[in-house]
Amino acid sequence: MTFVDLLGFGPKGWGLALLTGAFLTLIVSIVALLIGSAFGALIAWAKLSKSLAANMVGDAYTTLFRGVPELLIIYLFYFGGSSVVSGIAHGFGLSGFHDVPPFVAGALAVGLISGAYQGEVYRGAYLAIARGEVEAAIAVGMSRGLMFRRILVPQVLRFALPGLGNTWQLTLKDSALVSVTGLVDLMRESAMAAGSTHRYMTFYVAAGALYLVLTSVSGVLFNLAEARATRGLRRS
Amino acid sequence: MNMLKKLGCSVAAVMLALNLGVVAQAKDYKTVTIAMEGAYEPWNLTDPSGKIVGFEVDVANDLCKRIQAECKIIAQDWDGMIPGLQAGKFDVIMDGMSITEERLKTIDFSKPYASTPASLVVNKTGPLAKLPGTGTTINLTKNPKEGEAAIAALKAALKGKTIGVQVSTIHATFADTYFKDVATIREYKTTDEHDADLMAGRLDAVLADTTAEMPVLAKPEAKDLMFAGTQFSAGPIFGMGVGMGIRKDDAELTKKFNTALDAAFADGTIKKLSLQWFKMDTAP
Amino acid sequence: MDFPFLSATMLRLLAVLPLTLELWALSILFGGILALGLTWLRSRKDKILPNLARAYVFVFRGTPLLVQLFLIYYGLGSMKEVQQSFLWPFLREPFYCAVLALAMNTAAYSSEIFRGALAAVPYGQIEAGIACGMSRWMRFRRIVFPIALRQALPAYSTEIILMTKATALGSLVTLMEVTGIAQKIKNDTYRALEVYLCAGLIYLVLNFAIARAMAALEYYLSPHLRAIPASRQSPNPAIVL
Repeated sequence: MTFVDLLGFGPKGWGLALLTGAFLTLIVSIVALLIGSAFGALIAWAKLSKSLAANMVGDAYTTLFRGVPELLIIYLFYFGGSSVVSGIAHGFGLSGFHDVPPFVAGALAVGLISGAYQGEVYRGAYLAIARGEVEAAIAVGMSRGLMFRRILVPQVLRFALPGLGNTWQLTLKDSALVSVTGLVDLMRESAMAAGSTHRYMTFYVAAGALYLVLTSVSGVLFNLAEARATRGLRRS
Repeated sequence: MNMLKKLGCSVAAVMLALNLGVVAQAKDYKTVTIAMEGAYEPWNLTDPSGKIVGFEVDVANDLCKRIQAECKIIAQDWDGMIPGLQAGKFDVIMDGMSITEERLKTIDFSKPYASTPASLVVNKTGPLAKLPGTGTTINLTKNPKEGEAAIAALKAALKGKTIGVQVSTIHATFADTYFKDVATIREYKTTDEHDADLMAGRLDAVLADTTAEMPVLAKPEAKDLMFAGTQFSAGPIFGMGVGMGIRKDDAELTKKFNTALDAAFADGTIKKLSLQWFKMDTAP
Repeated sequence: MDFPFLSATMLRLLAVLPLTLELWALSILFGGILALGLTWLRSRKDKILPNLARAYVFVFRGTPLLVQLFLIYYGLGSMKEVQQSFLWPFLREPFYCAVLALAMNTAAYSSEIFRGALAAVPYGQIEAGIACGMSRWMRFRRIVFPIALRQALPAYSTEIILMTKATALGSLVTLMEVTGIAQKIKNDTYRALEVYLCAGLIYLVLNFAIARAMAALEYYLSPHLRAIPASRQSPNPAIVL
């Protein structure tokens, strides 16, 4: 079978399967990024807070999710997760099955890992905001909520964009590991295709190429967003 | 206090209802979820469109029709099969899983619907091309003495070699039991992976199910592979045929499938499917 | 808390820690050498070489390590040309395939770190070296390299820690390192949570030790950024020692 046969969209072609896998990879990564930004914001807040306990919690989280291999965390959430969830459910008296589906386990695991890196990004971005602006906001009489909404969030996002771009690339690549849960993402799809046709080189090169497309297009998009967000900003 | 009591009562009521609901549903068996790897040709395989097809898919569909249940077939990695069944992720395992004493400790099995021997696969140009007993099959339950002799002969020939097996299979157990002290055993997640390494020359031999390896040997990339050494079937490790794995507390379901299997054997359906997918009759 | 099981698991996992460390050390070593080569390529002034290095970095930073590993192990392994080449005794073994994949991956990231570190050396210092009549090699040895090393250390230590985590991927090509053995124990006993927590603990302690060592190295290399100890200060503030 020729190269085109294998990768094409014909009856024996795996082209559509690979693209579907790539789409799922994208979805998992986006969900993970969103989960990560929620946790990242919390962790940044914890680390910036005056409370020692919060600092320690933030540090512990970051150390944990940056110090343990991503593969192990995914295994923990997927294989270990079902027993935890079932245990909790049984504690509530609910019998029967309580599973952590591969998508949830994978997205959550990658999301929490992403959160550890995003926490650092947000923390740095927050510290980059001129103190004078915060003082001015308080002087003018803005409530904390208003100050958060009008002053802090827009500027944090602006400064965080380069770091976020980095973290997104990391998340996208970490999502390849979710394939060990059986989720049929790009990695899994290409492994299946390679396994059943015994054309390993072909399919892994194809997978690599598709990942390259995803990362480079994302890179371009983030660069555009950065350019837009920092327009008018004098950077040293 | 009144609000709290009301809240407490409603929570208890909901939990009670859920419990009853769950209990009532569990024994109905109107829908049955069956797990397969989708990577174990010709028992079950995944085609490019993502659908799982194969011998077991056809058998499952036939049996489900007989027990008047709707069957859903899902893909599950081999190493998560028994834990998944225990956790309730699905109701039946149909993945070429042999009935063994070890497995019977945790789960139940239906009657066997097939029985196939295990064999070593080697490279024609490799050091193991001339293994003793090639072409013969020994039933280890019926002829234990012959079996022992054949195993000893193989053991001598396999000294210092590397053998690949799929993790947590009867083949892995067999290799571990008999060949661990003379050869290096490497465990793989899927049969595709150990076949790939055998073709690449990283392994000297692979121990796997004969029918699962036949479609592999038929492919052009595998033209240098051949079956070698004595083939074995039955015995304490290889088990008593391939059956459907079912939870112990679903004895009802096991009974239903057994009745259906009897009928399917009686009217020749299983034999027909076996000839179609395996080109031979694999009846136990 | 099933202590007998936990301690038995820990012992089994610790028994393969040397393998993980070997994989890690070799990857860093070869990756570092390759990175230096890439950085040198990038510094060239001609048309082809820098672009070659750029392409390499683009590909290896844009694709997941898992894809790279499978490409090397299964992809190269399936090619007859490779099986009959002189590289086969190495590429045959999952260990060396993993070393190759990890090294090539870290080289891409490390070369960018080195490049940034070299660019961060203040040009004034190099000018002073030129003015003193130092040769190119002496400038590199005495000025550029020490400063660049100090500059690269924080980012490079992150990269080193990422490498310890990357060794876990070896388990996906049948390498029986810590994660691989953890999977095996989990498959045999079905006790996923306990086994993975033990394995996670080992990696945490390992990374903690490495982070501490790197911090100590940074401290050792930057005496000029610290306060002068009292014993070294002269009694007359006009004279700076």
